[in-house]
Amino acid sequence: MATSGTPPPAESTLPLSEMDDAALVAQTQAGNLDAFTELVGRHDRKILRLARHITGNEEDAEDVLQESFLNAYSHIGTFAGNSKFYTWLVRITVNQALMKLRKRKTGKEVSLDEPVQGETDDLVREIAVWDETPERTYSQEEMRRILDEAIESLEPIYRTVFVLRDVEELSTEETAQTLEISVPAVKSRLLRARLQLREKLTKYFRRGKGDDAFAYL
Amino acid sequence: MLTCKDFLGWLNDYLDETADEEVKAQVKEHITNCANCWVVYDTTKKTLQVYKGMEPKEVPEPMKAKLLEALQKKCGKSGGGSPC
Repeated sequence: MATSGTPPPAESTLPLSEMDDAALVAQTQAGNLDAFTELVGRHDRKILRLARHITGNEEDAEDVLQESFLNAYSHIGTFAGNSKFYTWLVRITVNQALMKLRKRKTGKEVSLDEPVQGETDDLVREIAVWDETPERTYSQEEMRRILDEAIESLEPIYRTVFVLRDVEELSTEETAQTLEISVPAVKSRLLRARLQLREKLTKYFRRGKGDDAFAYL
Repeated sequence: MLTCKDFLGWLNDYLDETADEEVKAQVKEHITNCANCWVVYDTTKKTLQVYKGMEPKEVPEPMKAKLLEALQKKCGKSGGGSPC
């Protein structure tokens, strides 16, 4: 059995830090734990952010981070390379995070199969122009807090779709596969999520205080 | 001619640049003439931009150390299921 110090196969001369993810996966499959450690270092920040966004809880997010990488490592032999390693890792993380969320909400089922309720035009109430560069109005830490709180205030069925599509930048089809919902469901939830976030962020990013909000439609 | 409700129905495709040329032209015409819908379009576009531009925070060192330790432990214990 190989150990963590196993040298890479003879044909590979690149240092681990210069290998792409596919090569690191192959190295891991050959028994090189250092290659997997390199993959952890590349993706851990995004995986922790994803876990935080879905669970909405720091403690759960840490557990999800750990469980997801351990799970990926245990099953790396089954990873056939049909998708990118990162997309595969995201799927594992989403599953772990949803399990956590369901456990946390004891007695209250968290389902991603719920139908979307209502029309979208009821989601547009605030009509106020934003600053051209809202990100310059706040420090990076403040921005992060504002954006995270806005996401976490969404219902799980909306925030999960938004995070996968607009933060992780998965395609509509990849998002549908990951969440095991239909493509039309991804699209309608994404629209509602985007409009709800726009609404929530308007109070922070609107230009000046003099702009009036008025009824839409 | 699109209504404001039609515009909302096409907003995602317009923002994601997946709308066909005809729809794109109709949406563009609508937001040129409807100030409220232009604001909705512009602020939704900026919503996506601020999220896409936000770099994730570093993983705290103790959390990282715990993860690497757990991996090494798993590697040491593995009996064939794991790669090492």
